[in-house]
Amino acid sequence: MTEARDRAQLDAFRVDAHAVDVRDLMARTVADLYSHLVTRPTGRAVRLAIESQLEELERPALSLVDFSSVAILDYSCADEVVAKLLLVLRSGGVGGRAWVLFRGIREFHRDPIEAVLERHRIQAVLQGEGGGSELMGPADPRDRSLWSRVEAAGRVEASRVPGSLLEAPDDEERLRRLLDHRLVFRHPHKGDILALSALSRELAP
Amino acid sequence: MNVVEIPPSLDYRSLDRLFQVAGSVDGDGKVLLDARHLRWVDPMGMIGLLGVGQNLRDRTGEAPILHLPDGGDVPGYMARMGFHERGEGIFASIQGAAPRRGARPSDVLLEITTISENRHVHELVERVQNRAGIILSRTLKYPPSAVVQFSVILSEVCGNILEHAEAPGWVAAQTYQWSKRLGRQVLVVAVGDLGRGFRGSLTPEYAGRYGDRWSDATALEAAFIHGLTRFPDQGRGHGIQQMRKQVRRWDGVMAVRSGAARIADVPDWEDLPPLEDGLPPFPGAWITLLLPAAPEAGRPAEAGR
Repeated sequence: MTEARDRAQLDAFRVDAHAVDVRDLMARTVADLYSHLVTRPTGRAVRLAIESQLEELERPALSLVDFSSVAILDYSCADEVVAKLLLVLRSGGVGGRAWVLFRGIREFHRDPIEAVLERHRIQAVLQGEGGGSELMGPADPRDRSLWSRVEAAGRVEASRVPGSLLEAPDDEERLRRLLDHRLVFRHPHKGDILALSALSRELAP
Repeated sequence: MNVVEIPPSLDYRSLDRLFQVAGSVDGDGKVLLDARHLRWVDPMGMIGLLGVGQNLRDRTGEAPILHLPDGGDVPGYMARMGFHERGEGIFASIQGAAPRRGARPSDVLLEITTISENRHVHELVERVQNRAGIILSRTLKYPPSAVVQFSVILSEVCGNILEHAEAPGWVAAQTYQWSKRLGRQVLVVAVGDLGRGFRGSLTPEYAGRYGDRWSDATALEAAFIHGLTRFPDQGRGHGIQQMRKQVRRWDGVMAVRSGAARIADVPDWEDLPPLEDGLPPFPGAWITLLLPAAPEAGRPAEAGR
């Protein structure tokens, strides 16, 4: 009953789940002959297509960018589709109302993604094929620890944030940083803190 | 007619000699590239020869003639690597023994392929998948994940042609048994173009900062060691860094020749200097990757280099 009410409130705020199959998008925007996410022009085309789709949405959205059908991802494409997309969202692009969760991440995607995140000194939330989420990219260990507590909890009600989530004096600042970097989500009406993975589950049809 | 004698061995080590003799051609008029004594050629030798042909054509305004050996294995091998097709439009004619048509050698990973558009990189990454799997795992004894890593390297190195050279280029790859030097199989990947080169690409942004020290060698160091590019965007320049990292993991060589300089990451088994300057100048960038078989895959010496 509570879950249904929460879901109704989330619906009232109206966040969309925006599913992106990267390979499908590449087929539509670049060429349907190719199956690998390689070269910078290809990555740029895919990123711009994602941004364009997000801009067309009327409501805020959690973009679920799925790499599970991508067999080869090079560094240039990872830079465009992962790092630059995150930088656009962090700087308030597409109306400042989008979050992104990268899904279907396989072992051979990790190296290029990790390299581009390292280069830009940014972080991303990734889900492997098993569904577990991780914060990838260089981060202060205490930021990472706070993110992990949010991830473990899934959703932390607003009233419980100070007591159960914020353990150290500077955790409030750290939480603000995670929010600014769009690595966790704060419900604008209720103030609950949600992990992006939890948000994706709540938005699932 | 200007006659240019091509060295009898053309590989990544003799590229400097090839560029030197090509640079000796002065003025207009027909040029004959006399390669009748050519006895050995590897992927870098072949694309180097294409580069020299195109460069002479651009400089003299006339397509040169290439004369390959009148017999032996070299013309047929070059034909199977796609040299003659790629040479159309570059050479006025390719003379010598008529090339035998037939299947490619089993150890060819990639015939000479022109890179001038984004789709060419996609096509070659698609094309090498099966062959890369066989050669990397069976011949070089690399783990299965190496196919993806190799494809990424190939994509990045060819993407560099499109992004930085602003001119068409070529790529080719084949394995060889380096019995004497290494006692192992080695995959030789050659990538070259006649574009603006590293110095040309970086000069507008960085020449002022380096002042009198600015040269082909410092431009190569800036890109190769420090990851600088002409793009202000922070995400650029890591392709080379990541390639170097992966090639080091495989105990391989990555050497980049541009202008009159060459820079290289070299393992113990290779004796290329890490940085050379004052080489015969030549346009573009010429990248060699040497990927040796995993040590346990080594075989007893047999005929070969």
